[in-house]
Amino acid sequence: MVVPDIGALWRRRSKIRGGVHPEPRKESTADKPIVANFPLPERLYLPLQQHLGQPAEPVVRAGDKVLKGQLLAASRGAVSASVHASTSGTVAAIEDYPAPHPSGLPTATIVLEPDGDDRWVEEGAEIDPFGLTPDEICARVDRAGIVGLGGAAFPSALKLNLGWRSRIRTLILNGGECEPYLTCDDRLMRERAAEIIEGVRIMLHGLQCPTALIAIEDNKPEAYAAMRGAAKNHGRIEVVQVPSLYPMGWEKNLVTHLTGKEVPAGGRPTDVGVLLHNVATAYAVQQAVRYGRPLISRVVTVSGEAVESPRNVETPFGTLLSELLAFCGHRPERTARYVMGGPMMGDVLPHVQVPVVKRTSGILALTPEEVQATDARPCIRCGRCVSACPVGLLPLEMMTRIRAGQFDAAVSFGLRDCISCSSCSYVCPSRIPLVHYFKYASGELMARQEAQQKTERTNRLAEEKRRRLERAKQAAAQRKAQTAASEHAS
Amino acid sequence: MYILFAVVSLTALGLALGFMLGAAARYFKVEDNPLVDEIEKMMPGSQCGQCGFPGCRPAAEALVAGKASATLCPPGGKALAEQLANKLSLEIDLAGVEDQAPMVARVSEATCIGCTRCFKVCPTDAIVGAPKQIHAVIADACIACGKCVEVCPTECLRMQPVKTTLRNWRWAKPQPAPAGA
Amino acid sequence: MSKVYLPVAPLTHADNPVQAIMAQVVLALVPATGFGLFLFGWPAVYLFSITILSAVLFEAVCLKLAGKPASLFLCDGSALLTGWLLALSLPPWAPWWIGVTGAGLAIVVGKQVYGGIGQNLFNPAMLARVALLVSYPLEMTTWVQPAPIFSEHAPGLLQALGITFGGGGIDGFSGATFIGHVKTELSQGRTLEQSFASGQFGLAEAWLGWVPGSLGETSALLVAAGGVWLLRKGIITWHIPVSLLATVAVLATVLRLIDGDRYFGPLWHLGSGGVMLAAFFIATDYVTSPGSPKGQLIFGTGCGLLIFVIRTWGGFPEGVGFAVLLMNALTPVIDYYVRPRIYGRDHKGRPLKLPEGKE
Repeated sequence: MVVPDIGALWRRRSKIRGGVHPEPRKESTADKPIVANFPLPERLYLPLQQHLGQPAEPVVRAGDKVLKGQLLAASRGAVSASVHASTSGTVAAIEDYPAPHPSGLPTATIVLEPDGDDRWVEEGAEIDPFGLTPDEICARVDRAGIVGLGGAAFPSALKLNLGWRSRIRTLILNGGECEPYLTCDDRLMRERAAEIIEGVRIMLHGLQCPTALIAIEDNKPEAYAAMRGAAKNHGRIEVVQVPSLYPMGWEKNLVTHLTGKEVPAGGRPTDVGVLLHNVATAYAVQQAVRYGRPLISRVVTVSGEAVESPRNVETPFGTLLSELLAFCGHRPERTARYVMGGPMMGDVLPHVQVPVVKRTSGILALTPEEVQATDARPCIRCGRCVSACPVGLLPLEMMTRIRAGQFDAAVSFGLRDCISCSSCSYVCPSRIPLVHYFKYASGELMARQEAQQKTERTNRLAEEKRRRLERAKQAAAQRKAQTAASEHAS
Repeated sequence: MYILFAVVSLTALGLALGFMLGAAARYFKVEDNPLVDEIEKMMPGSQCGQCGFPGCRPAAEALVAGKASATLCPPGGKALAEQLANKLSLEIDLAGVEDQAPMVARVSEATCIGCTRCFKVCPTDAIVGAPKQIHAVIADACIACGKCVEVCPTECLRMQPVKTTLRNWRWAKPQPAPAGA
Repeated sequence: MSKVYLPVAPLTHADNPVQAIMAQVVLALVPATGFGLFLFGWPAVYLFSITILSAVLFEAVCLKLAGKPASLFLCDGSALLTGWLLALSLPPWAPWWIGVTGAGLAIVVGKQVYGGIGQNLFNPAMLARVALLVSYPLEMTTWVQPAPIFSEHAPGLLQALGITFGGGGIDGFSGATFIGHVKTELSQGRTLEQSFASGQFGLAEAWLGWVPGSLGETSALLVAAGGVWLLRKGIITWHIPVSLLATVAVLATVLRLIDGDRYFGPLWHLGSGGVMLAAFFIATDYVTSPGSPKGQLIFGTGCGLLIFVIRTWGGFPEGVGFAVLLMNALTPVIDYYVRPRIYGRDHKGRPLKLPEGKE
C-alpha cells in the first residue's frame, strides 16, 4: 500500500525554544531487556487515586477474594479511572497508606494479599478492535482503567473521547522520553513495537483521525528502527525522529515541532486539532481493547548509581518501591535521594515504602555524587534560566518577586504558564531551586483562591442566617402585635 | 522691570496651579468611601468579633480610618492581611503575623449533650444537629471563629488544626540561600 | 526545626558553578591584560596588582562586616573580576591610590552597599572608573606612550616604584589617546585631517594596541579575541556585543559620510578606547544588564548610542563608562517591559486565538 506522505506537505518543523541537554545516563538500562518475571510481593498496595481527578470508589470489601484483573474500585465522576486487582488474592484492608508523593502523606488504599495463583478473572475472548465503534473503544479503555502513562496520569478514555468529539486531525504518539535515566518507553518500543502500532491504529480508529505521528528522540535509534519496521505497512502512521533535547517530551513542544501550530495558553492540543498519547499508553490500549485486559502493571525503570543491576521491570501495580529496588540490588547505604520518575520532573520521595502506581515511570536511587547537593547562592542574573525556559518566561524575575511575597507580580511574569520542567533550575550556576519557588507560589495562590472561595461561601451563609433571624424576629413581633390587637379587641 | 516680570510670572503660575488643583479636587472627588464596602466584602463576614470590633463592617471602617492594623482578623489569616494591606497600601510586617494553621471546630461525640447552644451562635450555620442529639460540624463552612467553643457547656467543642491531606498539601517556601542572597 | 527541608527536582544539574564562569571571564581577559602589562611596563604591573589586591581586600572586609561567610563568597571570584576590569580601564601609570580608591569605590559603593553579588544596580568597575574620572580628572587622563617592559626607555623595577608610589617621573613619556587628541584638535578649530597629521596615529597600531591608552583597553584585537572566545564558550550571548558594536559602527559610518572633516570612521571608533572591552566584558555583566535577549539588544544599542554621542559631542573624550552606567540605570525598566513572548500567548501576553475554521 503506497500512500503519499500527506503529513509532510503541511508540516512545518518549528524550532523549539529553550531547552537543556542533561546527561542522558540511559546506558545502564537501555540495552537490557524488560524483566517480565518479577516475583509477586507479599502484599500489594493499590491507592484509590492513581490518576488526575476524583478517587475511585471501592466495590470490594476487606476479606473479599478477588481474581487478577477484577475491578476493585470503580471510576467516579467525570474525571476518574478504575483500579483493578494486579493479581488474584484477598483484600486485606481498605485503609490509609503512604502515597508515592513528596509529602509522604497517606491516602486511601486497597491492600491486597496475593494467593500466589495469579489467576485471571476470565480471559475475555479476543476481539477485532476494528469492528468496534469509537464509543465502544472509549468504553473498553475506560473499563480498563487506563491513564496517561507518561506521567500526567490523565484518564485516557476521557482524552480519546474528547479527541473524537473535537475531530482531531493528527494523533501524536509521545516516544520522546527526554528525562535522563528513564528507558521504559525506549525498551517497550524496541520489544513490543507491533503491539504499540496496533494500539495506535486502534486509537486512530477510535478517534476517526487520519494520521498518526510517532515522535522518537534521535538518541534512540533502535527504538526508531523497531517502530519504523512495525509501522511500514501502515501508511497513516509515520514514525519521525525529533532532536534529543529536554523537554522535547512536553506535549506542546511536540505539537509545535511536528505541526508548526502553537497551542493557545490555557488550551489543550485538541484546540489545534492534535491529540497526544504516550507510547506506553498505546500499548495498554491495545491490550485492553483486543484482549480486554485492564491496566494492572507497567514497565518501570529502576536505575541510579545506588542500584547494582539497573533495568526495566514489568511491575504489578501496588508493589512497594522498596521491593522493586531490592529486586534490582539496591544499596540503601549509598542512596542520597529516591526519585519517582525522572530526575528533572520526578517526585523526590521521603522513603520507598510506597507502591508503584500508574504514573510510576521509574524509581531512581541516586548516590550523593549523582545528586551533588549544594546550597543555593545569590542570583547573579546570568540569564541562563531565561535562555533555557521552553515557555519563554523570565524565571529569575519570577523568583525574586516570589521571594518578596509579590505573587501577583510573579503571575504577571507568567507564573501560571510555567510547566515545572526544571530546565531553569538545571542550568542555574547558583543552584537556586527556581522550580521549587514556582511550585510554592502556585500552591500558595491555589490555597488563597480556595480561601477566597470559602470566604465568599461563608459570607453568604452568614448573611442568610442574619436574614433568617431578622425574619424570625419580625414574625415574632408581628405575632405579638396581633395577639395584642386581638386582646385589645376582645 | 525684571522684578515685575518675576512677580507677574510667579503669580500667574500660582494662579494656574491653584486652579488646576481646585479642578482636580472637584473632578476626582471620591464619593463617600466605597472602600469600606469593598473591604467588608473581603472580610470573613461572620461578625465573630475576634478583632475587637463589633462586626466586620465596623472593623472595615476602622481599617479605612486607619484605626486598625491590616492584621486584625485572625480567621482571615496571613492571606487576608496581605490583601488588606495591598488594598489600603499599608506597610505590614507579614513575618510578624502568626500564620496560624487553619483551624476547624470539632465535636467530641463522647461529651456532646445535644444542647443546641453551639449551632445557635454559629454565624455560618456550620453546626448541624437536633436537641438531645450529637451535633456535627460541617468543616467546609466552619470559619473557626470559636464562638461555639465559648458557649459549649461541656467543653466538647474544640478548635483543631485542619488536617493536611494530599488535597490541601502545598509546597513549603524554599529555604533561603545563605546570608546575603 | 519543625519542617524538614524537602529536596525538589531537578536532581541533576549543569556543571557550571559561578566561580567557573568568573574564571573563564578572567581567562578571556588574560591576553589583553598580558599585552597591556608588557606594553606599559612595571608601573602598570604595580597598579594592576594593587588594584586587584585591594578589591579582594575590600570585599573581604565588607563580607566580614555584613556577617557573611567570607570564604564562600570570596571564592566566587567576582571581586577579583571587578578589580581586574577596573585595573584594565585605568591609565597604566596612575598612582597607587587611584587603584586603591577605585577598588574601594567599586566594591564598597558599587557592590556591597547594595547587598553584595547580584544586587547592584550599576557595574561596579564602571562606577569606580567614572567616579575617579570626575574626581581626579588629571590623574585619570594622563596617558603614556607605550614603553614595553625591558625595553630601552622603559622604567626599571625601582624607577617604576617611584612612578606608582612616589608620584613623578612621568613627563617624558606622556602621550594622548587618539580620541582625546582628536577632540582637543577639533575644539581648537582644526579639521580631522589636520589632527591626524599632528598626531601620528595609525589605524593598525590602534587595533593592535600600540598606542597610549588605558592599561588593558588599547588592543582592540586581543580584547575582541577574548570576547569571541567567551561567546563560543557560551558565557555571554551575542546580543549585547553585536548590538553595541553595530550601533557605534553604523552611527560612525553615517556621520563620516555626512561630514568627513569632523567625524572619524567606524574602524577608528571600534579600534580605540574602551569600546571593545565594554562590548564584550563590561556591558555584558550579568548583574547589570537585562535578562531577556530582546532586552539585551535594546541595552546594547543604547550603550552604543550613548558611547558614540558622548565621544562625539560630549565633554569627556571617552564615553564608555557613562554610557554603561546610564544604561544600567535603565536595566530594571527594560526588564520590566521587555519580556520574551510566552508560549501560547501573543506579545502582549494574551492567549493566542484559536484557529477558527481551520483544522
